[in-house]
Amino acid sequence: MLSVSYSLTSIAVMAIMTYLIRVLPMAIFRKKIERPFIRSFLNYVPYSVLAAMTFPAIFSCTGSTASAWGGCIVAVLLAYWKRGLLTVAVGASAAVFLIQLIGF
Amino acid sequence: MKRQEFAEGIRDGVPICLGYLSVSFAYGMMAVNSGMPIWSTVLISLSNLTSAGQFAGTNLILAGGTYLEIAMTTFIINIRYFLMSLTMSQKIDSSMTMLQRFGISFGITDEIFAVSMQHPRDLTAPYMAGLILTPVIGWTMGTFFGGILTSLMPKMFSNALNIALYGMFIAIIVPPAREQKAVLFTVVLAIVMSVAFTYLPVLSLLSGGWGIIIITVIVSAIAAWFFPADDKQEERC
Repeated sequence: MLSVSYSLTSIAVMAIMTYLIRVLPMAIFRKKIERPFIRSFLNYVPYSVLAAMTFPAIFSCTGSTASAWGGCIVAVLLAYWKRGLLTVAVGASAAVFLIQLIGF
Repeated sequence: MKRQEFAEGIRDGVPICLGYLSVSFAYGMMAVNSGMPIWSTVLISLSNLTSAGQFAGTNLILAGGTYLEIAMTTFIINIRYFLMSLTMSQKIDSSMTMLQRFGISFGITDEIFAVSMQHPRDLTAPYMAGLILTPVIGWTMGTFFGGILTSLMPKMFSNALNIALYGMFIAIIVPPAREQKAVLFTVVLAIVMSVAFTYLPVLSLLSGGWGIIIITVIVSAIAAWFFPADDKQEERC
């Protein structure tokens, strides 16, 4: 059985650690960074981090490879046709659901 | 004006909230199934607001890990938020106070970061408050209901919802990749490296958190080197 004080301390450790990582850059970099290379670098951060987090993890997130591929292809197509975030997310989920429904 | 910004934030937070509901639902189910009391899981979700970071932390707590282990694991898995926060700090509206900066820092997650970078204007405090509030509610409520309803959700349904957040990421990276060669280059290179880090024996020894950081730094640096960005943010002002 977990003791309450151990649980609370552990949760506090996790929360403080996570918050420090998030708050330090905000607190330190209050001015706009001027160096063109750094600005370009930060411009590309969202795309590299999101792409790296999505692939290849997306192919093993649904419990079956076929449905994950189906969902992924639907998401990429909808996004390519510039549908909104919610449409793409729901479309991908619906595709996974249907593919699993027919037995894959 | 302020109220409008807040409402816009709330609205932009809805898709994140929906995605969070299913993930946190699964988290609540998993944690309570493994023997964690519901109040602990809800407190973890509310105070951490992370996915992988708190899943790992929960496992360590259940296994009776030391505080140092818990701190180091949380640090490594969440270190990517450092880069996200740094990137976001450059898009903050100049009217934001220091206290407000401290406040919105709490809400930097993969998804909130992604949506705020897509926002067409600089980030104001009311907008960020709205954008953070909806997902926090979804994340906390999902955990709570997952905890009490352990295992009622049909497997097929939760499987399908698992892909929702990845779908959101795809919706963010594909449209600009279609129009800007530099973004396409960044995305393709990041995917190639990420696949390599997952499947190549030596590289896959790196834990997930470090892998993402290393890929992000290398890929963004290469992209910045080959394609110096023309500053669209300045033009908008």
